[in-house]
Amino acid sequence: MTIKFENICKFYDGAAAITDLNLHIQQGELLVLLGPSGSGKSTVLKMVNRMTSHDAGQIFFNGREINSFNIQDLRRRMGYAMQSVGLFPHRTVAHNIATVPKLLGWDAQRVQARVNELLKLLAMDPEQYASRYPHQLSGGQQQRVGVARALAADPDVLLMDEPFGALDPVTRAALQLALKKIHRATGKTILFVTHDIDEALLLATRIVLLNHGHIAQVGTPLELLQRPANDFVANFLGRSDLGLKQLSLRSITSHIKAIEGPEPSHTVAHTATLREAISQMATLHVSSLSVVDESGTVLGQVKAADLLEN
Amino acid sequence: MPVSLVQRFNLVLAVYVALAIGAAYGLPFLRIAPNRLLSGEPVYLSDVLQQQGSPLVFALVVAIFALICIAVWQPKRRITQALVSLAMAAGLAGLWLLAGQSANFATQAENPLTRTALGAGFWTMAAMTWMIALDAIDRLQLTTLRRLLLQSALLLPLLLSLNEGQHLSIAKEYATQSDIFGPAILRHLQIVFLAVIPALVVGLLLASRMTRARHLRQALFPVLNVIQTIPSIALFGLLMAPLAWLAFQFPALGRAGISGVGMAPAVIALCLYALLPIVRSALAGLEQVPAEAVNAARAMGMSARQLFWQIELPLALPVLLIGLRTAVVQTTGLAAVSALVGAGGLGQIMFDGLFSAANELVILGVIPIVLLAILADTFFKVLSSMMSSHP
Repeated sequence: MTIKFENICKFYDGAAAITDLNLHIQQGELLVLLGPSGSGKSTVLKMVNRMTSHDAGQIFFNGREINSFNIQDLRRRMGYAMQSVGLFPHRTVAHNIATVPKLLGWDAQRVQARVNELLKLLAMDPEQYASRYPHQLSGGQQQRVGVARALAADPDVLLMDEPFGALDPVTRAALQLALKKIHRATGKTILFVTHDIDEALLLATRIVLLNHGHIAQVGTPLELLQRPANDFVANFLGRSDLGLKQLSLRSITSHIKAIEGPEPSHTVAHTATLREAISQMATLHVSSLSVVDESGTVLGQVKAADLLEN
Repeated sequence: MPVSLVQRFNLVLAVYVALAIGAAYGLPFLRIAPNRLLSGEPVYLSDVLQQQGSPLVFALVVAIFALICIAVWQPKRRITQALVSLAMAAGLAGLWLLAGQSANFATQAENPLTRTALGAGFWTMAAMTWMIALDAIDRLQLTTLRRLLLQSALLLPLLLSLNEGQHLSIAKEYATQSDIFGPAILRHLQIVFLAVIPALVVGLLLASRMTRARHLRQALFPVLNVIQTIPSIALFGLLMAPLAWLAFQFPALGRAGISGVGMAPAVIALCLYALLPIVRSALAGLEQVPAEAVNAARAMGMSARQLFWQIELPLALPVLLIGLRTAVVQTTGLAAVSALVGAGGLGQIMFDGLFSAANELVILGVIPIVLLAILADTFFKVLSSMMSSHP
């Protein structure tokens, strides 16, 4: 499964919204389209399932030009989730999730099994939620159903247009983790639009940073933070705390040393990021922490000076 | 403060009672004539009560009056309202029994040809009784379905005592013409269905077009509004000439039953009238379908047809039903007039009565029309309430 943009342009009332965009998306990527409002990131996403047309250039889906597909067939092969969710208010959760499988003519038993499987994947008890209506769910639950609906027919690619933009921070973090898990478990290709830098850094395997319809930089989160291509990239990512953001992408695992002398009085989990460890040291006014695993066994210690060295 | 007065006392009920008492004294309860051709002598309620009033009837009237006074004064208590609605059910049957008794008496005392017709006093009091009953039921604050059930249950005493009025001229009129009612009702329903179903199909098509094409809306609504202002008889008349011409030019149409008179002009005109409420409500319904649901449906690969049947129509249905209800009730009433162009139906009975100065026959034609309209109205109300309880 690949998606390829070749020299794509899009004009709104004569003004260029996207100019000469080239992008090759590989199987299994979680590619985040990042950028300020008006940068064209949503437009790029919607071109893939032809919710928006492109005015010049070609887009290839699995090597085939997308305009050569039957539009309904094309869309049924792509999951779609968006910020406003768009659940059907007259249909139950189960019926909502079953939309595309039913359009594809799956038999009832297979649909039901799939609905239950997806609800469990998104940490919702099928018995409790399957027969509820959307208005009986919280915002976070609605978006979980929205993601489940997008995944329902096991699509080749998942298109997500700021899906977590309207959620509170706690719910959003939970759904980000859920999405990361799903991506790891299914290996699905995901295109994800957001303007939230932290969300992009957390989720992306690769980031495409857009500005005024141009690609400002493409790369892994770490590449963008370490080697911003120009001033726009550096400013957008937050010039003053680029370093802290880098720390949040790295685990403390490689910095654990054997304990010499007295054991540090405070502990940190071995799964913590460098940023979390340093933050904890700053709060506790200490310069070292002992590292423990899930069972509480001490694995060693980390020291502030080591963490800040590359 | 008038507002607090209305909130505290049931002034509506007081007005109904005042009107009923006024009708009892000021309007003739019955009109008794020696035969069908002569117009009758007025007989007032007081005369009827004097003639056959027993202490029991008198006591009942006083009791009901006292109950209503309490209900005017303290309308908040549900037990009072329940008693009032029961009393009104009894009252409705009582009015009919009283009239029936007088008719029996007149027939036996004078001669068998005597006609005892129900007078304006009877009809006004019956109407007020029914209004009081409806008001009391409303104040019980029941769910839609229970309210409707109770309303129909309150007619039971009257229905059970119908036979007691067999010497009233309205019953005699019915007895001699009873065989025409069944076919007339069927024909009436046929006209309504033939007019409303095409209007529903065309109306839905037009409304779904209008959601996308603004200019169509601007062009069509003035036309539909103008049609609505044409008096029905004029519209039937306007259609007669072109239809007659068509049937003359194309004999096949004539053989299919289309001609200047009869069903064709009636059904076409009624269909045109039904179009406005249907298009308007369908459009309002379609426009309140959430845009994001439509967007999601398209993005998931629904075709335009699937989008309409699976998403847009079900979500527009509650609003559409309101317009459909208006259309059906309106068509049921207007269909009566279509008898003038030879379409038949219950209007035929009504006009037969009108042209032969037989008021009872007019009423016998009108009552089923009203009942059909109420039934249709009730049907759609129940449907709507069922839909709102299961979204």
